[in-house]
Amino acid sequence: MIRIENLSRSFDGKPAVQDVSLTVERNQIAALVGTSGSGKTTLLRMINRLVEPSAGRVLIDGQDSRDMPAHLLRRRIGYAIQGHGLFPHRSVAQNIATVPRLLGWDKARIRVRVDELLGLFGMEPADFRDRMPSQLSGGQQQRVGVARALAAKPDLLLMDEPFGALDPVIRAKAQADLRQIQRRLGTTLVLVTHDMDEAITLGDRIAVMDAGRLVQYDTPAQILTAPATPFVRDLTGSGQRAFQLLSLTPVADLRRPGEASGTPIATDATLRDALSECLTSGREALPVAGGGIVTLDAIRGAAAE
Amino acid sequence: MIPRIDRPGILFAVIGGAGLALPLVQFKANRIVAGEGLALPAALPLGWVATVVIAAALAAGLILRAPWLRLGAAVLGLGATVSALGGAATALTPPDDTLARVAPASGFWLMMLALSLMTADALTRLRPPLALRWLLLGAAIAAVAGVLSSGMLDGISVMREYAARQDMFLREASSHLVLAFGSLALALLAGLPVGVAIHQRAAWRGPVLSALNVMQTIPSLALFGIMIPIFGWIAATWPAAAAAGVSGIGIFPALVALFLYSLLPVVANTLTGLSAVDPAATEAARGLGMTRPQVMTRVLVPLALPVLLAAIRIVLVQNIGLAVIAGLIGGGGFGTFVFQGLNQTAMDLVLLGALPTISLALVAGIAMDLTVEASHKGAA
Repeated sequence: MIRIENLSRSFDGKPAVQDVSLTVERNQIAALVGTSGSGKTTLLRMINRLVEPSAGRVLIDGQDSRDMPAHLLRRRIGYAIQGHGLFPHRSVAQNIATVPRLLGWDKARIRVRVDELLGLFGMEPADFRDRMPSQLSGGQQQRVGVARALAAKPDLLLMDEPFGALDPVIRAKAQADLRQIQRRLGTTLVLVTHDMDEAITLGDRIAVMDAGRLVQYDTPAQILTAPATPFVRDLTGSGQRAFQLLSLTPVADLRRPGEASGTPIATDATLRDALSECLTSGREALPVAGGGIVTLDAIRGAAAE
Repeated sequence: MIPRIDRPGILFAVIGGAGLALPLVQFKANRIVAGEGLALPAALPLGWVATVVIAAALAAGLILRAPWLRLGAAVLGLGATVSALGGAATALTPPDDTLARVAPASGFWLMMLALSLMTADALTRLRPPLALRWLLLGAAIAAVAGVLSSGMLDGISVMREYAARQDMFLREASSHLVLAFGSLALALLAGLPVGVAIHQRAAWRGPVLSALNVMQTIPSLALFGIMIPIFGWIAATWPAAAAAGVSGIGIFPALVALFLYSLLPVVANTLTGLSAVDPAATEAARGLGMTRPQVMTRVLVPLALPVLLAAIRIVLVQNIGLAVIAGLIGGGGFGTFVFQGLNQTAMDLVLLGALPTISLALVAGIAMDLTVEASHKGAA
């Protein structure tokens, strides 16, 4: 669990973050969104003290982050950034082993951990271990960057626009993978993004920042249906709201008994996926994997809520 | 079928052909008087053999395509040219005459130029791997050392000057190395930290680089003009300074001058190398919990290494050449011979200082190029 209390920071007298307080529960994903210059990245960087707060404090599992030297604190917190920041002169395995080596793990333990992480991210260890970062695709580089952040099994992972440099197709896959890995490992995740769709897809909670202040910190559904200010409403984009709402609900929630023809849709697919499938294939109802159906009428009803 | 004419080969043939026509050596009754030029076929018995070999090598450069054959022909031509020079000296010098001088003349230098260019060109076409190039460099050094120690060129004027002052030559050679490498070491000791400092504090960049730039533009003679009175006064005022080696003339001001000229390339390249490192890599390094020294030694320096080595190459070659001016203020080095020779209008003595300097700079430059290339491979 991470507790941010009255955190502020100014640069040359100009406030970048003002009096922000929020709590991220264990195993949850908090997405920090806002326009550029809203202070979201500064807020993130204050958690691992890449930026020292001017006022306020950060408690990680109840412990004040200033109780230990900054570099030791950072070795306990995963950190992944836009453009991956891989070390170009080090192999994939050496990159992933960065924090374990700083922590003094023995070689055998590091090797096991590197292979385990590569496997977790769908990269065959024997094939990828000794490659250099320049020999990877953009999506692979990004995955190695996240694997490196997770190498020493941190309870907390910070990510700054981790998917910003990826094209839309790879980005959707990377988001899904991240979500799945985060659930599996039980890592608490704080993620900075300027993309509201990404925040809605990934976040258990969304913190909307504007001009250094926290405007609203709530679940995606609340952010969409009850925006605290006109700024939050604008950020969600009125034209997209219905789709964003649908993307929050899994198909399983609207399942009801019945029969329908065609390929079944997965239970954890969202209503947005189901709507798209209905429209593309011209069907009024889709069978759901494991029994039952979801109908276009029901989806329409959910979007109008 | 007429073979296609190789274009660089035409250049080598023209230069080499001119060399064959011009005098190979100059015969002088003593080291000061003007001499008489002798072209290759007439300069020594069996001179026509050497002429044919050299002409054949140049012709091979025109028509042969295989790089190995071109290389072989060029090396053979070089051998023939050097042998002809040695042979001419032996044949022309009357027995027991210690005053007569046989000096290499324009024809010799042009043939060496043409055949060296042809060698370099053949090596470029071969694209040898890194390890082989180290071997070739070693082989070339061994070949030159072998020719010089074989006594085959002992009759040549430069070698006679050398024979007359062997001890002095070794002493000046070592002070030349001390000047070149010592000033490089000092420049690295001072310049690397300065480069790191101005990389971290952008505000200092302008002033520091401007100051070093101004320093670079001061002519060496003017720099000595400034330093001689200042260091002279310091040495005269504080005996401790004088005891530590500070003096107005000699090796101390020479070392200081070379050090000052080396600072700009070292500092500027350190800054360039560090600035070229992807900021995301340093940001990630800090975010993952490296301390500042760890970021420096594990990320910044390895990634900036090729540029840092390039700086060392520039400074080393520059200082080997510049160290000659130390001879002007009693600092020692090969410059001693150059300036003595100029004063006595004895070109042979000038060459005794100039040729080793050029060879040293050439070897250092090639060796550093190979090192830089190896470091690129390591960083890639």
